[in-house]
Amino acid sequence: MDRRDFIKHTTAAIAGTSVLLSACKKGKSTVIPGDASESEGKMTMRRNPNTGDVVSLLGYGMMRLPVVGQGSARETPNAPIDQELVNEQVDYALAHGVNYFDTSPVYCQGRSEEATGIALARHPRNTYFIATKLSNFSPEAWPRHESMAMFERSLKYLQTDYVDYLLLHSIGGGSRGKDALETFNGRYMDNGILDWLVEQKQKGRIRNLGFSYHGDISIFDMLLRWHDEGKYHWDFVQIQLNYLDWHYAKRNNPRNTDASYLYAELHKRGIPAVIMEPLLGGRLAKQPAHILREMKRMDINATPAEWAFRYAGTPEGVLTVLSGMTYTEHLAENCRTYSPLRPITPEEDAMLMRLADAICSLNAVPCTACNYCMPCPYGINIPAVFSYYNTCLAEGIIPSGNTSDSAFRKARKRWLIGYDRQVERLRQADHCIGCDHCLPHCPQRIHIPEEMQRIDDFVEQLKQS
Amino acid sequence: MKTNHLLRTVRIVLATFFYLTVTLLFLGIGWQFNLWMGWVAKVQFLPALMALDFAVLAGLIVLTLIFGRLYCSVICPLGVMQDIFGWLGKKQKKKNRYSHSAEKRWLRYSVLAVFVVCLIIGFAPVTTLLAPYSAYGRIVNSLFRPLYDLLNNALAALDARYEWFVFTDAEIWMRSVTTFVTALLTLVVLAVLAWRNGRTYCNTVCPVGTILSFFARFSLLRVQLDKSKCKNCSLCEKNCKAAAIDYKAGTVDYSRCIACGDCLPQCRHDALHYRPAAMHPTRAKLFGDPAVPKRPQTASAEREAADSPDLSRRAMLTGAAVVVGTAAMAQTKIKVDGGLADIEDKKVPQRKTPLTPPGSLSARNMQRHCTACQLCVSACPNNVLRPSSDPLRFMQPEMSFERGYCRPECTRCSEVCPTAAIQPVSPEDKTAIRVGHAVWIADNCIPVANGDHCGACARKCPADAIQMVDYTTADGRTVQVPAVDAERCTGCGKCENLCPARPFSAIYVEGYAVHVV
Repeated sequence: MDRRDFIKHTTAAIAGTSVLLSACKKGKSTVIPGDASESEGKMTMRRNPNTGDVVSLLGYGMMRLPVVGQGSARETPNAPIDQELVNEQVDYALAHGVNYFDTSPVYCQGRSEEATGIALARHPRNTYFIATKLSNFSPEAWPRHESMAMFERSLKYLQTDYVDYLLLHSIGGGSRGKDALETFNGRYMDNGILDWLVEQKQKGRIRNLGFSYHGDISIFDMLLRWHDEGKYHWDFVQIQLNYLDWHYAKRNNPRNTDASYLYAELHKRGIPAVIMEPLLGGRLAKQPAHILREMKRMDINATPAEWAFRYAGTPEGVLTVLSGMTYTEHLAENCRTYSPLRPITPEEDAMLMRLADAICSLNAVPCTACNYCMPCPYGINIPAVFSYYNTCLAEGIIPSGNTSDSAFRKARKRWLIGYDRQVERLRQADHCIGCDHCLPHCPQRIHIPEEMQRIDDFVEQLKQS
Repeated sequence: MKTNHLLRTVRIVLATFFYLTVTLLFLGIGWQFNLWMGWVAKVQFLPALMALDFAVLAGLIVLTLIFGRLYCSVICPLGVMQDIFGWLGKKQKKKNRYSHSAEKRWLRYSVLAVFVVCLIIGFAPVTTLLAPYSAYGRIVNSLFRPLYDLLNNALAALDARYEWFVFTDAEIWMRSVTTFVTALLTLVVLAVLAWRNGRTYCNTVCPVGTILSFFARFSLLRVQLDKSKCKNCSLCEKNCKAAAIDYKAGTVDYSRCIACGDCLPQCRHDALHYRPAAMHPTRAKLFGDPAVPKRPQTASAEREAADSPDLSRRAMLTGAAVVVGTAAMAQTKIKVDGGLADIEDKKVPQRKTPLTPPGSLSARNMQRHCTACQLCVSACPNNVLRPSSDPLRFMQPEMSFERGYCRPECTRCSEVCPTAAIQPVSPEDKTAIRVGHAVWIADNCIPVANGDHCGACARKCPADAIQMVDYTTADGRTVQVPAVDAERCTGCGKCENLCPARPFSAIYVEGYAVHVV
């Protein structure tokens, strides 16, 4: 046949087939799995009222960088950081609008700043904001020249000559034998470091000066008073905020402060808030079945992490929400959640508050696996013990009930074997001697030796039954 | 004829059952197994004798009076082990290789006499070495248990992956070098002897064999050679691993015949039967032929010089207390988040009086009654019991707490012990038994050494025997240190185990020579 005929015939055939196919469409699924395209929205940005910085709502926390092999630098302290993966992830973040990167000299056993610097140096300096901290926790670093050296080292590792956001790290924490005020004075006042930092800001080596807060509320209040009195000016403050800590931080641990108070204090002064622990170190990402159910009923597609991030990003005074995203999947999901942010509605807020109440009554140990308590001088693997206990609580496999019941015996065996697998024998809760070294370091102010004793009593009971 | 085959087969089946069971007991296959099959250890002759278990003794004697030394073929695991080596030797060398020999009565009786004397005075090295069931227990526990544990750990690794929650990781550690070497030598010597010549040990040295031989001479059922039908083919004698048959004289030495039935199927002339004595006209001679082909003497395992891991008490007190804290303190200076402090292994303290488990009444009683079979060592779930290297308590169990402590609710060792060296105790009884008391060493103690607040021993003590009191150190600091109430302390060792001071604990248990009830 000639070409004309060919075209005629082919078109007819196609038309005919389409008609047939469309007639058959009833009852057939048509969406190809995996074809879900990435959100076409753009990253929500927030403006810093002081400097006019336009900052992405999602901030990249560089505390839980991936290591070669498995896991984050958290769990495997000696494994080298997977720089290639970090580079890839930072590239992805920048491509999706993330421009705030938060690190510190002490994260990842001191390796975080270097890894961050290497990853970021591959991009133009004006495309991102670097946040780092003066993390002079140990008294060895308190002398003036030591703290100054720490700052200079940060600049060197981060491959920059200025820091966009410099924080006094975790004011409100104590140290061995000293309360929070003594510690704060030792770290920043007696050695004149705070004033020196203000000088650096005037020289342009620091663009925004602020602090991060955990612990003793009186220090937080004191610094804000100084702000009111004009002694010092805070360009931003980093606080812990999530749907659990909003109203229930105090209930979880009477030594802590509700995020609602912290946020209100900042908002009324027009100080932008940088948010940390939106997921409580990942604890809010994994929910027990009955809580997950409620969340899914409200929105079948949303993950627990999405709820937590939406909640943390909603308040308008929030500049950026930090997330330590070890895995690319987390990074991708969080980018999607904030591209753009859908603020939490009052109805959704009510649900989250209800769930917060339910989560509190689980009585888990409020550990976020930040590892500030480590290394325990006597070798206890504190985060692993708490993590195992909490996981069992969340999954409902805490054995309880009649000891002769076969279901109990099975659960008991499972618990004890799992415990030995998760935590080395010599590093389990029964070996805690209560030396209290860890106490001042815990940002969540968990009374670690007490919790260890509680878990040990529980295990002892299991072993004896 | 068919009966002869059947008898032998029955013996083999029974022997396999007992052998496998004993082996599995020592491998530690599981506590449930011990509960069900532990009786197999308790029907062993020597343990029953030491436990004065008259029921079992009577049963075994009656068994011997009826069947001859069937015990040696079926119940005694060392016997069955030798049969395995003998069978291998037969495969490798040739069939029909044994020959009759004269009974070495002087040797048997003198060894027995020495054994009995040692048993009475409690001279452990001799009694533990010669005891057959114990020798087998040591061989399995020292040599084969580690291999079994390796297999178990491979399964546990799989279990961790697939989450069956059935297998747990077992700690594999050398409990005593002397015991290990002794077991190895015993195995090698017996293997060689059995390979070459069958039951040499059983008929020359073994005290149980000698004792049973008294009764076996009068056994009701016995192997009998009917000279009227015998064609002198010699096959029966050549297959007797006990060298008991003299085909020329037509006699069987019943003091040495172990009723294994290997000879029975060999006779094609219907001349060999296992029958009640009264039925057969020809009485077997009670004494063997004096013509003596030389047999190799059983070498008793050499006594290894006790290896001394001990450091003097002085070393333990001074300077050796490396505190983990100081090393890790250095780490906490710069790095704040993460890392695990190294934990040094604990070393065994040098105790003046050895610690024996509750139920053993006293160290002396243990020494007198224990055959060092290692069944308690294998059953101890907390890695507390281990064989001693002390020559006077050779291979008998003692306690130490660097890997675990004697949990108050656990009574396993007392449940398994077949000789009643560790008498059965209930957990309630156990709370009232004090095997030792905790002793505090100032220089090792963390609050004294580096100022950290501790108190772990006081908090963890199950008997509430420790309280913390003020103490002024040499350099003038006031710290809180443990004060032990020796009247309450049961010597369970939890304090020694959990004390953070490494490598030597700051609080450890000294034994009482006689347990206080």
